[in-house]
Amino acid sequence: MFDYAAAAVDAALAAGAKYADARVVVATVETLNVRNGAVEGVDHTETAGVGVRALIGSSWGFHATAELSSRSTQRAGEQAAAIARASAIVPGPPLELTDVPVSVTTYETPHLEDPATVPLGEKVDLLIGVTETMSAVAGITTATGNLTFWDTNKWFVSSQDHRIHQHLIESGGGFDATAVGESETQRRSYPQSFGQFETGGYEVIRRWDYPGHAQQVAEEAVALLSAPQLEEGEKQLILESSQLALQIHESVGHAIELDRILGWEAAFAGTSHLELPRLNEHRYGSEIMNITADATLPGALGTFGFDDEGTPAQRVDIVRDGLWVGVLSGRDSAAIAGLAPGGMVRGDGFNRLPMVRMTNVGLVPGDSSLDAIVADTQDGVYMSTNRSWSIDDKRLNFQFGCEIGWEVKNGKLGRMVRNPTYTGITPQFWGNMDLLAGGDEWVHWGTPNCGKGQPIQVAHTGHSAAPARFSGVRIGVQA
Amino acid sequence: MTLEDIATHVLDLVGDGAEAEVTARQGTSSLTRFANSFIHQNVGEEATEVSLRVALDGRVASGATTAIDAEPLERFVTRTVETARTQPEDPDWPGLAPPQRIPDGEHYEDDTAAARPDERAARVRSFVDAAPDLRAAGYCETEAYQVTFVNTAGHTASGRATRATLDGIHQTDSSAGSGHSASSALRALDGTAVGGVAAERARRGLNAFDTKPGAYEVVLAPECVASIAIFLAFYGFNAKAHREGASFANVGEAQFDERLSIVDDVTDVRAIGVPFDQDGTPRRRVELVSAGVTTSLAHDRRTAAGAGVESTGHAIPGSEVHGPVPTSLFVAAGDTDVDDLIAAVERGLYVSTFHYCRVLEPKTVVVTGLTRNGTFMIENGRITGAVTNLRFTESFVDALGSGRIAGLGNDARYADSEFGPGLVHAPTVRLRSWNFTGGAAG
Repeated sequence: MFDYAAAAVDAALAAGAKYADARVVVATVETLNVRNGAVEGVDHTETAGVGVRALIGSSWGFHATAELSSRSTQRAGEQAAAIARASAIVPGPPLELTDVPVSVTTYETPHLEDPATVPLGEKVDLLIGVTETMSAVAGITTATGNLTFWDTNKWFVSSQDHRIHQHLIESGGGFDATAVGESETQRRSYPQSFGQFETGGYEVIRRWDYPGHAQQVAEEAVALLSAPQLEEGEKQLILESSQLALQIHESVGHAIELDRILGWEAAFAGTSHLELPRLNEHRYGSEIMNITADATLPGALGTFGFDDEGTPAQRVDIVRDGLWVGVLSGRDSAAIAGLAPGGMVRGDGFNRLPMVRMTNVGLVPGDSSLDAIVADTQDGVYMSTNRSWSIDDKRLNFQFGCEIGWEVKNGKLGRMVRNPTYTGITPQFWGNMDLLAGGDEWVHWGTPNCGKGQPIQVAHTGHSAAPARFSGVRIGVQA
Repeated sequence: MTLEDIATHVLDLVGDGAEAEVTARQGTSSLTRFANSFIHQNVGEEATEVSLRVALDGRVASGATTAIDAEPLERFVTRTVETARTQPEDPDWPGLAPPQRIPDGEHYEDDTAAARPDERAARVRSFVDAAPDLRAAGYCETEAYQVTFVNTAGHTASGRATRATLDGIHQTDSSAGSGHSASSALRALDGTAVGGVAAERARRGLNAFDTKPGAYEVVLAPECVASIAIFLAFYGFNAKAHREGASFANVGEAQFDERLSIVDDVTDVRAIGVPFDQDGTPRRRVELVSAGVTTSLAHDRRTAAGAGVESTGHAIPGSEVHGPVPTSLFVAAGDTDVDDLIAAVERGLYVSTFHYCRVLEPKTVVVTGLTRNGTFMIENGRITGAVTNLRFTESFVDALGSGRIAGLGNDARYADSEFGPGLVHAPTVRLRSWNFTGGAAG
């Protein structure tokens, strides 16, 4: 496969590129969906092809083909160069790439049990079992379960002599139960609302003990239909760690993407409230807020050996003691900003241009615990598991809905409340984080559906979090 | 090999004794993206993909591959068949689409299919040059594909389509405005005109002020209406959601204002797409809302079999899980100029686009989202200034309810939506009330 990638690079150089790289990607995705005890879909998708980047002057071109042959990959390289030349019709400022070490190596996701070796029947039976358990609970109308396994091989070659083969294995899934009332639906899910996904093999699925949680999930969904609505107000808010992980994703992870800060995503995903001249000066949150982007975390979904520019995976400080100190970057964006490249550029399959993506953007744990946080809270609400999420194009104004909440009164969890929502503004919200649980409750949550770019790309990102408390939060927003 | 040859070959590989359907799709897609007034990302791709669904006595498996050489294709078919063999029976398997006529007509333009990178770049140049003093960002995309469907029931269908999109914003240091255009033909995209609309909105957006959240009368541009329509389609007219009790739709009931009519019609001359769905079923013209009355749901073969009706041809990839979704929506236009819609508003807001809409409650389609790229105060029938972006939390069903639509524009066009371009053709709409729940400051 290296030969195909090299042929594409050579063709781009011969066509005038000053730099070129190519990735041959062969990827399989196995997806299983079960509903109410019956199999709804078993799907196995394989994609294979090469994507080539060519840099001519200050302009990039990218072309991809699913035909893996010497002739077609060579033509893809020529096409990438032709597209780069067309880019010069509306040219940008001079563009350089920051230096990175040249690597000739391999990387494989550490895993114990290759999902491909686990019989399909075992996987299906697991989902049938949990959905039957949930369906048996009176009041449940829909119980679904799903598993997804990605197996990806990438061969990366650059005109600077990179030769990197990576074999990435990602696994995950989850299940949910829905109860339908007169004018609303209530849903509970496990391990989190989109399922839990990690790098690793089938051991990921076994570790989360699906059967042991199905009954509770269904009972909570039914109970929510008759639970009181969360009233609007301003209270202390305690977030369960998977909801906090999505809060990090949306209000920190995207905001620190250097391409957004530079305006490259302005028309679609948006920009950022962060301004580069204020790096190392801007206060992002309270002093217990420490965020890292760490692509080396064992088992986390945003972990790999090298990004799709050949830059080694690394850990970068993003927020230190509440101060904004770092960004997510690639070789071209880092060069413009005068920073070191962060190794955070990835493409979705062979046919997508690599771009700045989150790795594992997570909150470093504190020294409290959920029990201690609840005991310290006089008048608040504890919310768990995301149900909806929305944030503006600068990543400032957000509103989240959770599946379930509980009142917290005088240091104790109280009654369940339905339709819990909260809203806020990023720096004020993070500035009001006053208690943070410790490493025992720290989970590497995975987000398998991060959309960005045009054409749209989906990235797999990780967000480590432990429960935390925020003061003075507006809650209970309704239509 | 032609697409027909590939599809037929895959069917042959499946062999006797199985129900099978094959979709072979071959296409090119190219997208020229710009930001800070220059092209920064410029991509193209070409691929052939084969999808296969196999049923062995109701045991179903599916797969897709882009590896279509002889050996990997044979391996792919064998794996899919073997997977089906190990599955439990699918009680909802509806069987294959029978032979049936596919409507004539296609939405395909040779020039668009053959569009070169410099032709897309020229549109970008025009968009940027519409306001050289502002910062431009957006994209110009061309896409062309042909698709062939065959199954072991003897049904075949073939079609091809093109789509061209120009979508972008102009920005000042404190404001942004957007312009949008989509068609089956690249030549229909006028970079100067689209860029001009974006620039005008950006300039009018200067000196925006915060306005108090609350209920406002609104004039919603086609992009907002497109997002509303696609949410109603996905969560409401989706027959699977309906079967599970999670849809608002009550067929035959007047659930909307009598001014509202929505049809899904890929046979409309303005439509984009091919005239059959993922099941191979012809995509029928379906009146979803007629003069305020919910009149039909969108079905695929699976939901249709469960409801005892015929499929309307709205299967999409993954619809066995997510349900059928109409994707050639037309929201009926009115006969009022947009200026006159605005002139009728005593105090309200004009909204250019929505951003990041997410559903809070699927059954009533309560959605939260934000305004973006130009939100303007209307006072005494005139736009009097720009306001900063607002967050809304609103039931899209209630907002279009009886007596809630005050006017429909005569400006219907393909509008970008939360789910992408080329899905919804919609006009500007004036609504009596829209619930804004937060401002720029929270």
